[in-house]
Amino acid sequence: MSQQTITILQLYPQDMNIYGDFGNVLVLKRRLQWYGYDVTVLTYNPGDTFPSDVDIIVGGGGQDSGQGKIQTDLLAIGARLKKMADNDVPMLVVCGLYQLFGKFFKTASGELIPGIGLFDIETHGKAERLIGNIVTVSDEFGEIIGYENHSGQTFLGKNVTPLGHVRVGAGNNMVDATEGARYRNVIGSYLHGSLLPKNPAIADFLIEKAVTKKYGDFSTDVIDDQFATLARRVATKRPR
Amino acid sequence: MSKPYVTILGKAVRAAARLRGNGSALPGLVVERIDPDFIKDTLASLPRGVVVISGTNGKTTTTKMVVELLESQGLKVFTNRSGSNFTRGVAAALLGEIDMLGNLDADIAVLELDEAHAVHFVRTIPPRYSLILNVMRDQLDRFGEIDATADMLRAITTSTTEAVVLNREDARIASLKNSLATQKVHYFGLSNDLLETFPSDDNMRGGAKRSNTTPANVILTKFTDHLATFWMNDKEITTPLKLTGIYNVFNAAAALALVLAIVGDTTNQKTLIAALAEVTPAFGRGETLIVGGQPLELVLVKNPSGFRLGLKSFSPAGYATMIAINDNYADGRDMSWLWDVEFDSLRAGGVAKVTGIRAYDMALRLQYDEVPIAHVEKDLTKALRRFINENKDQPKRIYCTYTAMLTLRRELGKITDVEPIG
Repeated sequence: MSQQTITILQLYPQDMNIYGDFGNVLVLKRRLQWYGYDVTVLTYNPGDTFPSDVDIIVGGGGQDSGQGKIQTDLLAIGARLKKMADNDVPMLVVCGLYQLFGKFFKTASGELIPGIGLFDIETHGKAERLIGNIVTVSDEFGEIIGYENHSGQTFLGKNVTPLGHVRVGAGNNMVDATEGARYRNVIGSYLHGSLLPKNPAIADFLIEKAVTKKYGDFSTDVIDDQFATLARRVATKRPR
Repeated sequence: MSKPYVTILGKAVRAAARLRGNGSALPGLVVERIDPDFIKDTLASLPRGVVVISGTNGKTTTTKMVVELLESQGLKVFTNRSGSNFTRGVAAALLGEIDMLGNLDADIAVLELDEAHAVHFVRTIPPRYSLILNVMRDQLDRFGEIDATADMLRAITTSTTEAVVLNREDARIASLKNSLATQKVHYFGLSNDLLETFPSDDNMRGGAKRSNTTPANVILTKFTDHLATFWMNDKEITTPLKLTGIYNVFNAAAALALVLAIVGDTTNQKTLIAALAEVTPAFGRGETLIVGGQPLELVLVKNPSGFRLGLKSFSPAGYATMIAINDNYADGRDMSWLWDVEFDSLRAGGVAKVTGIRAYDMALRLQYDEVPIAHVEKDLTKALRRFINENKDQPKRIYCTYTAMLTLRRELGKITDVEPIG
């Protein structure tokens, strides 16, 4: 059997990488390698040609200035990303790109920044920043552990489900105790830390969806996740 | 309360706190509560005013350099040497230096201030000079975003009355010039060759190649094996240095630019360079202790750029390596930053010990860079003891976050000579 290859596309790494989002790509790359697949990591920055053969998409958070730089470009590739999502391509978007995958971000001063509307969510900028360790729970992934740092508060519409329910911390907003969003195989979340290293169940979900879609089946070797388990245990006991 | 009483009370608290062996900020806190104008009144009396040094990385070592360079020019300098760089730390340091009548025998004060605290400090006490080193992602959980931190630094420069010294190679810092009207602006910089070896957060994942056309007052043009070349006053000057690590040496360019701005034409360049050659790093900033006849280096790491520069500056070959990661408030609680550092350079030799509150986060990080780990032990004291015992015949290096460093230094103080911090 010829070697099977999975291609990961990192969206806007130049401008949207502020919260260790590189860690998410690294975890996907290594776990795929450890499972026996070849991995290609591509990057997409404003003005680049969008690659045709992509199996997983990962995007991160940025500063307000970084979001300003990518916004027009993101709207231009929005239709393409939505089509890929409807084709069940797995994606992970964190923080800033999570917000811009929604319908809009309304800043505290009232400015409306349009998103691509892949998620049925809207985000409102607030004066207060929600910062600290966070633990959420999901039926599918168990406890999801990370760190949040955002001033936008996100509210979910009907066509989207939350990624998790907040046990410790703030999450999407200060009202409904939800965190993140799910649409088909697309995951949006405020969590960094980075998200995937301490939540290998989510990494394996993205990997399995990508491999099954491309090659029909997915066989795994066992990865030693002992450090992740111990790091999770410590993280849940730390102060907010 | 009258000044002498405040002074005596504060000095007593300081003496008591030192006897108990705890933090340097407590006596300052007591004085600050009793007499909020204490610092202002005392510093206002200095003939050459106040100098504020701020930025993300390198404040402590740079402050130490500036103090020693100014002293080489015959100035009496007051400084918050302890690295307790908050207003209270300044008050605590003052208490150690003033006489019982509250008089400070100094010409100039050189203060290292944390960005957030500096904003409040300069509102009460406008500095005559300020030096802004850099702004990088650090403790974003405290300050929010880099651009917000840059705004705090801007407030320092706009409050400065005489001259501002800026890092030409940090775009956010260099652009602070645009907010300045009357102040003189001086720059320190790197030659284009060195610039390429110096990672910034913005070009970490690609981005435009940098080069510079703005003239700078002091430029680091070469650094090899403890020999540094600076371009200053239209001449190249090469000098040996005791400082290690290119980021420390770049900060030497910053210190030179600041001292030239303060002392001006009367600078004695010969004694200046002689003093620079003798400067040693501040505690925990690449300082070397001798343990069991072998060197043990402490390298403070607190953000991705600092950790990357540390790994780049010190070759792991022949060294036993330990990494100590805490997540207390002063360290920053978010572990994301570890994922913006590449640890490939440690793969060949591996890491002997991983320790600290977040030891398993660090171990997890190393696992994904396929760096072998001999042992993970959360407890810093136990890890340190085993690290020393198991690597007796080897030089050792410990990368540690701030509060981990304080604990490790205290433990090391029991077995070797460690210069007191406060």
